[in-house]
Amino acid sequence: MLKRIFIAVVCAGAMTALGATAAKADISGAGATFPAPVYAKWAEAYKRQTGVGLNYQAIGSGGGIRQITAKTVAFGASDKPLNPDDLASSGLIQFPTVIGGVVPVLNIPGVAPGQLRLTGPLLADIFRGQIKRWNDPAIVRLNPGVKLPPIPITVVHRADGSGTTFLFTTYLSQKAPRWAEQVGANDSVQWPTGLGGKGNDGVSAFVKQTTGSIGYVEYAFAKQNKLTHAQMQNRAGKFVQPTADAFSAAAANAKWSSAPGYYLLLLDQPGANSWPITGATFILMHKNQTNAEQGREVLKFFDWAFKSGDNLASSLDYVAMPAAIKTQIRKTWSSQIKSGGKSVLVAN
Amino acid sequence: MTLTADASPGLKAPRAARPKGASFDPIFQALCFSAATALLAALGGVIVTLAIGGWPAFQAMGLGFITSSEWNPVTDVYGAAGPLVGTILTAALALAFSLPVAFGVAIFLVEFCPTVLRRPIGTAVELLAGIPSIVYGMWGLFVFAPFFANHVQMPLMMAAPPGSLMEKLVTGIPNGTGILAAAIILAIMILPFMAAMLRELLLTVPPQVRESAYGLGATRLEVVSSVTLPYVRSGAIGAVMLGLGRALGETMAVTFIIGNSHGFPASIFDSGSTIASTIANEFTEATSVAHTSSLLALGLMLFVITFAVLGLARLLIGRSQH
Repeated sequence: MLKRIFIAVVCAGAMTALGATAAKADISGAGATFPAPVYAKWAEAYKRQTGVGLNYQAIGSGGGIRQITAKTVAFGASDKPLNPDDLASSGLIQFPTVIGGVVPVLNIPGVAPGQLRLTGPLLADIFRGQIKRWNDPAIVRLNPGVKLPPIPITVVHRADGSGTTFLFTTYLSQKAPRWAEQVGANDSVQWPTGLGGKGNDGVSAFVKQTTGSIGYVEYAFAKQNKLTHAQMQNRAGKFVQPTADAFSAAAANAKWSSAPGYYLLLLDQPGANSWPITGATFILMHKNQTNAEQGREVLKFFDWAFKSGDNLASSLDYVAMPAAIKTQIRKTWSSQIKSGGKSVLVAN
Repeated sequence: MTLTADASPGLKAPRAARPKGASFDPIFQALCFSAATALLAALGGVIVTLAIGGWPAFQAMGLGFITSSEWNPVTDVYGAAGPLVGTILTAALALAFSLPVAFGVAIFLVEFCPTVLRRPIGTAVELLAGIPSIVYGMWGLFVFAPFFANHVQMPLMMAAPPGSLMEKLVTGIPNGTGILAAAIILAIMILPFMAAMLRELLLTVPPQVRESAYGLGATRLEVVSSVTLPYVRSGAIGAVMLGLGRALGETMAVTFIIGNSHGFPASIFDSGSTIASTIANEFTEATSVAHTSSLLALGLMLFVITFAVLGLARLLIGRSQH
């Protein structure tokens, strides 16, 4: 141990003596918990290749926005994109990194995974406490051939504020005017009914334990825990299963080019295969980098992740951004992120 | 001053003969004084920070912040009545469950336990007190809740006659979460804490006191109830109040099992929330000023409640000493 410290000190000393471009500092970031596993995987591989580490604190999207605004980190991360006005007022830009989906999970005796069909308005009525039993005519009509018992519906939602809740409630608001009016969309909302679990773990534990319950979790979580998921009807009127392909389809069909500041929710996108409750997670950076070196390291990291991180992402059940969007994001980097008026990336 | 000097002239005389180390006394005094003031300053800092941070919430919502149970981050309307009631209810229930057991454990360890077992059981109690609360929360959610649902909630809900008060009291979702389940987990958490403190207190009873009671022909029950317990009464009140304080502020374990809904709990199996669980759930993702400020205001209220509980304990201890 002592020896290692000694070597490190000597190396650092040698570098300063040579006037080298300082020791390779770690990149600091903070924010959303949803992409934290994939950022950790990327960081591990990146460190092995380049020696530059990433210190990412998964403190939640709200914390990520607060920290990048206060400039205590080199980048912030949020599952909820900031709208162009907010971006402009705090001098930030944002870009998406990976895509995930929100999946309704349920526990009804006799109903197999992927068997139950649901639509957006129906889901809203269930989560509003309007539909109280599983054998309600509205559900039965949509699911001919599925045996639905007359057991009461228990709604399970996230208790903690989360990007997942933001996506889910925004989707319900888009599909059901009554939901928008009565509940609305946010990281946390006033739920009309049901009980709240802490995190994806809490929700899935409650769903597993409660007969007749329905909740919503991140796709990766539903898949890894083999929860019973539902099919959803998409904008094209087709019922689709939540799969990586269905999330990709939603992302590919979205019109990123006409979305200023990448302010785009992938909810209810066109396309026969698109999963309706899809969302990207975003990185926030200051347009004007006070420390060009630091900004360049962040961009180099994400550039590397876009080039060689797709497999790592899909091994964790995240979906990579389509190639066309990656190209567009790179253009945004070189044209918008500057230090002293000069592009951070070009100076490289 | 002169009076004391006159009363004990011996104190004045050996001044010259003071031990060398005595010159360190002022330094020691200064150190102790600064430790005490630093604590007070930290306490004051917490209050001021919470008050400043929470002020916009009190200003916007007024008295409604305490009386309303609406908690809506979308419209930025916040009322703390739900978490407030949940906090007091769970802590009071937890204390009611754990107090008799804690006294039982402590009295058994001191009065009845064979000497060989005294140390292992005592250590086990202290170990229980050292388990992190998140572990209790996970255990509560994955082990206790399913058991509680199947063996307590369901039987009670089935047994309740329709339309009765009992039925109202036990309605809820039979999955093992809610106010009562949270109170039980809390009780388990504060139990070892209180038992260990009570044991220490009972051990301070001088053996002569106990022996003379036995010498007068008192039974064990009589010795415990009329000699040792009254002897440690003020300390015991302090121990219980510290347990209550811990129950009021406990966060993670409760968050896992209380069900986290912001309204008033309608029954003992209904899901609710506490001040601490609300803060833990929402602080990371609170972005609007009103939301953050409401959470800080909740923190201030918890501070006030805990302060009142400890103040009450002081009052009781003071009275029992007279």
